[in-house]
Amino acid sequence: MVRTIALLIGAAFVAALGFALFGTIKTAITDPAPESAEHVFHVHPEDIGLKSAGLLGKFDLQQVQRGFQVYKEVCSACHSLKYVHFRDLTKIGYSAGQVKAIAEAWVIEQPTINPETGEAATRKNVPADPFPSPFANEIAARAANNNALPPDLSLITKAREDGSNYVHALLMGYRDQPAELVKDFPGSKTPKGLHYNPAFANLNIAMPPPLTQDGQITYADGTKATKDQMARDVAAFLTWSAEPNLESRHGAGLATVVFLAIFLFLVWGAYQNVWRDQKH
Amino acid sequence: MSFPWAKHYEPKQPLMRWLDEKLPLPRLVYNSIGAGYPVPRNLNYWWNFGVLAGVALVCQIITGVVLAMHYAPNALVAFGSTEHIMRDVNGGWFLRYAHANGASMFLFVVYVHIARGLYYGSYKAPREMVWLLGVVIFLLMMATAFMGYVLPWGQMSFWGAQVITGFFSAIPGVGETIRVWLLGGFAPDNAALNRFFSLHYLLPFVIAGVIILHIWALHIPGSNNPTGVDVKGEQDTVPFHPYYTAKDGVGVGAFFLVFALLVFFAPNLLGHPDNYIEANPLSTPAHIVPEWYFLPFYAILKSFTFNFLWIPAKLWGVLAMFGSILLLFFLPWLDSSPVRSASYRPKYRVFLGVLLLDVLVLGYVGGAEPIARNVIMGQIASMYYFAHFLIILPWISRSERPLPLPTSITEAVLAKHGETAHAEPALAH
Ligand code: HEC
Ligand code: HEM
Repeated sequence: MVRTIALLIGAAFVAALGFALFGTIKTAITDPAPESAEHVFHVHPEDIGLKSAGLLGKFDLQQVQRGFQVYKEVCSACHSLKYVHFRDLTKIGYSAGQVKAIAEAWVIEQPTINPETGEAATRKNVPADPFPSPFANEIAARAANNNALPPDLSLITKAREDGSNYVHALLMGYRDQPAELVKDFPGSKTPKGLHYNPAFANLNIAMPPPLTQDGQITYADGTKATKDQMARDVAAFLTWSAEPNLESRHGAGLATVVFLAIFLFLVWGAYQNVWRDQKH
Repeated sequence: MSFPWAKHYEPKQPLMRWLDEKLPLPRLVYNSIGAGYPVPRNLNYWWNFGVLAGVALVCQIITGVVLAMHYAPNALVAFGSTEHIMRDVNGGWFLRYAHANGASMFLFVVYVHIARGLYYGSYKAPREMVWLLGVVIFLLMMATAFMGYVLPWGQMSFWGAQVITGFFSAIPGVGETIRVWLLGGFAPDNAALNRFFSLHYLLPFVIAGVIILHIWALHIPGSNNPTGVDVKGEQDTVPFHPYYTAKDGVGVGAFFLVFALLVFFAPNLLGHPDNYIEANPLSTPAHIVPEWYFLPFYAILKSFTFNFLWIPAKLWGVLAMFGSILLLFFLPWLDSSPVRSASYRPKYRVFLGVLLLDVLVLGYVGGAEPIARNVIMGQIASMYYFAHFLIILPWISRSERPLPLPTSITEAVLAKHGETAHAEPALAH
């Protein structure tokens, strides 16, 4: 009884699938899906070899600090960093006093309420504050950016495939749209207000190129601020901002794995010992 | 319960004797996972995975309870509270990574545990009830894992919830009403998040309860073994403790080693980047994919691309997806072969190998882009999945000619060591 019903149900599923399979093959032959411009022209990021990558990677704090400078002087005009607090900067090598000064001098202030009138107001940042958003809300952000929303960057390197390399590739990826693309895919011309960038998934991004020339900023540590250097450094900073506990994770991991390897060896020995006079 | 030669619990200390009289809990433990439970002497490492599943459940409950102390189940702040755990709670990143990867470890271990059961025929008489309870545990685990994934309220959380609850709208007539009732709204929102949190906290304890039944049911016939041959006498078994506690210890060590490598060195390997983007009902991700452990079932769902007979494609997909799991309930009766272990079933073993590959293909297709090549692969693989359980297995279990079985576990063990039962009659136990 069970087997008869099973046979019938099985036959029904197999028949429905066979029918679907036939349909899929027929469509694939008569009406193959057209290739898309994204498919042909999208480029995957190349490896920028960050020190924090790899099993026991550690941050290059010098580089992360330079990246912070890029964020501060360029990206923070449009992008928030809301899950990072000023106080977190002590973890990338700034002293408590420096952090206080950075917070106080930050151009965008924290929204607050005027204690006398109750009206909306702003105040200077303190180390306990998260980085303030450059825009009051999403509508303001879109209004200032051609109706696109600059995403919060706190987690960006974890929120994209191969994120650290991606940020670098994206910042370095701007170029003129290739003539072949327009020829082969006339519908895919970069729309007005967008910028061609093959590192971006749909090739056309609303963010204007933020890093435009070498020497755009002057690094505090004297490193030459080429475009590529700035892109690498800000990628390093955003890797830290997405995973600030990376180093303690790697350190704890090493200790744990060594401990467990010894543990495994010991229990294996105990097992051999317990079973030594038993055939199994 | 158990075999007549099972050791008896004899408390020596006065305190234990007193306790045993008032509440025989030590006796229960002794008889279920102590020296009082005789187990076949020939279990291989595949028999570690049941205990490992239990260890994984305990890990999930411990990390989960502490996470819940810091997590806020409210759609406005859920994502931020998870980030707060990752950044500001002491050891919070460890808790969260351990819980997220712990779910993967748990599902992986249970998949191996199920595969072990399929290979060695552990689902057959007299262990049908053990198997049925196992399938119930599996269903509960899937529900728990799904609802847990919604909690961080990232893009995949939200859209996964949208897709999965959308299955209910495939039910003709009342489907949409049921979906809205389950979600507490027209789309996943605060109401859904709150009830998912409540259930996600509840279900692991239900699972723990069903595991107790699962082990209770197992201890009536006792464990199966790689030969599938029944225990014939005392020489076929060893006491669970210390023999299998020691062997399970090795498994537990290896389990934690793999677990630690994931948590500390590749914590996001099995996750999806989109779940680090806060949920946004207005922006649909390019690909909505579930966690890896659901991919084979997702592939089955997606394979029904055409309406067939009077049933729409979507309903076919949903029926097939649920059917692909529910059919496991009928396995003990679909397979009528009296031989348990596939080691002695030359044909079944081949088809089972194909099934294993088939499920891996389905897993690949479930996560891949729906281009024609992948869809075709998924459709063929889904066909085999159903054919295997519902057509091939019932047929083969009657037509196949099994290899000769060893007369006893002891004989099989000795044969492995190149000896015969006569050569060494005084086998230590
Ligand atoms: C003039 C404002 C502006 C500045 C300055 C700016 N961005 Fe953007 N950014 C945007 C906008 C707008 C978007 C959204 C683009 C879209 O969705 O098409 C964006 C998107 C991004 C993205 C996400 C791309 C994706 O995959 O979705 C990254 C990463 C990014 N910006 C990094 C940076 C970095 C790093 C800097 C500093 C070097 C920076 N941006 C400076 C406006 C800006
Ligand atoms: C929460 C998940 C689970 C836990 C903690 C668990 C635990 C256990 C334990 C401790 C054993 C005894 C040791 C062993 O034989 O490996 C066992 C046996 C068994 N389990 Fe599970 N189990 C789980 C899920 C499942 C599922 C999902 C299934 C099948 C669908 C299943 C099927 C079985 C069967 C058939 C046995 C008997 C095996 C034999 O004696 O050969 N279990 N389980």
